[in-house]
Amino acid sequence: MEIFVQQLINGLTLGSIYGLIAIGYTMVFGIIGMVNFAHGDVFMLSAFIALIFFLILTTWLGMTSIVLALLIVLVIAMVLTSLWGWAIERIAYRPLRGSFRLAPLISAIGVSIFLSNFVQVAQGARNKPTPPMMREVIVLFQGESGYNVALSYKQIVIMASTAVLLAIFWYLVQKTSLGRAQRACEQDRKMAALLGIDVDRTISLTFVIGAALAAVAGTMYLLYYGVVSFNDGFVPGVKAFTAAVLGGIGSLPGAVLGGLIIGLIETFWSAYFSIEYKDVAAFSILAIVLIFMPSGILGRPEVEKV
Amino acid sequence: MRWLQDPILDVQHLTMRFGGLVAINDLSFQAGRGDITALIGPNGAGKTTVFNCITGFYKPTEGMIALRKPDGSHMLLERLPGFSINWKAKVARTFQNIRLFSGMTVLENLLVAQHNSLMIASGFTFLGVLGIGGYRKAESDAIERAKYWLDKIRLTDRADDPAGDLPYGAQRRLEIARAMCTDPLLLCLDEPAAGLNPRESHELNALLLSIRKDHATSILLIEHDMSVVMEISDHVVVLDYGTKISDGSPSEIRSDPRVIAAYLGVADEEVEQVASEIGA
Repeated sequence: MEIFVQQLINGLTLGSIYGLIAIGYTMVFGIIGMVNFAHGDVFMLSAFIALIFFLILTTWLGMTSIVLALLIVLVIAMVLTSLWGWAIERIAYRPLRGSFRLAPLISAIGVSIFLSNFVQVAQGARNKPTPPMMREVIVLFQGESGYNVALSYKQIVIMASTAVLLAIFWYLVQKTSLGRAQRACEQDRKMAALLGIDVDRTISLTFVIGAALAAVAGTMYLLYYGVVSFNDGFVPGVKAFTAAVLGGIGSLPGAVLGGLIIGLIETFWSAYFSIEYKDVAAFSILAIVLIFMPSGILGRPEVEKV
Repeated sequence: MRWLQDPILDVQHLTMRFGGLVAINDLSFQAGRGDITALIGPNGAGKTTVFNCITGFYKPTEGMIALRKPDGSHMLLERLPGFSINWKAKVARTFQNIRLFSGMTVLENLLVAQHNSLMIASGFTFLGVLGIGGYRKAESDAIERAKYWLDKIRLTDRADDPAGDLPYGAQRRLEIARAMCTDPLLLCLDEPAAGLNPRESHELNALLLSIRKDHATSILLIEHDMSVVMEISDHVVVLDYGTKISDGSPSEIRSDPRVIAAYLGVADEEVEQVASEIGA
């Protein structure tokens, strides 16, 4: 029981991070029908940006309040990563938009390799740790075996900021004119242009929003694990993409739900079975779900009218 | 002959070729400001291709499409990027096969059409999210305008339903209302009466006449339903095989032997014979 609750907490934390990354995949897929394989590396890049600014603030400028430092780091990481997201779309994807379907995909793989190599060259190949931070925990209850079920401050911060950002983001997509334009471009880009919507700009903004959410995930990842390396973009990226597919690609709540499910499967499998096979478990569930629900859990099935 | 004195749309020597196929051949016509101009012709005459050139779907092979603004300046539509045709030149269009955003609600469809003014008012969303600027005012204005059109097309009680769930006739009306929400100078309607029953088609006529009366919008329409064309249009342009075969008021068109021949499929010699008989 204690282990179950503890793993539930751990799984939800990990799932929040996956969910944040998955939104970037699902939004870009929704609007231009492309899998942005570089998104995982944008996430890794944002973790490095967060690390650098965290060290600048705490070590150089001697900021003592960790919470304030994290808040500033989060904002800076979001802004800088958004710029990266914008630039990637502008340089690597937009010129290929009229091209054949696979062209932007190949370009995305290229960007992915570029980003991880760029970070490796610029930051070195070794793992980069942060000084330990936020090590306080709240003991929820103590089990009979003397096992403490603990909720750490980090986990609270991660889950709370995910929830808050998702709420803001949901508002953005559902209630603002930008969100309406995005959904319109998703359904019919040419018609949207005929109503005066600048489709290119809307797509750029989609990449910017996706990158900003990846930056949140990157900062949270850094906070949670306290270490980041240049190849950390790949596995979380693939898992988040899996989450997006599992939840139903193109669906925003689906992406978050998929992220949580993948996170939970992974932690429970590690806890009860073997940690080596946690990825196998996650991907097997994906395969099984897709056999029975080909458009994902919350995806809309394509109904063709005849 | 208002279309010659004060044209809102001036198409000159428009040619559109797809490989070896000439869809439009050296077409010139004007649409008058404040007029309802009908573009008619048999199937495959190139009417929709003309629309596609006007609204930026195709880049014309040759020719010029000028939109004259009320202040006398003009914009060359064939040179504008897609979204500027609506945003800067104020041309809106509807489609033969309806292209609503079917997953969005009826109201949202009308709000999407007012995207640009809302984006400017909200400082590209960022200021709006922070609550700075006149975003709330702009949003409520946009909703007011949407309500006005919902009222006009009698869909107020279905405002929150997905647009795809509406019956066919209502979708047609909604598409026109959405185009009107962009505040166009020229509204291009591609077969607005197609698939409508006589009652709906009668309502459509009333809607189009009221758009012309109450708004500074000129209408260019493609239509096969001759009752609609003859009843509401001020000016008719007839196309056949990509060339203009006649141009004039509905009563002139009705008695033009070339038009009758194009529609009824008479042999060329007979057309010449008829033409010489009436001295055309």
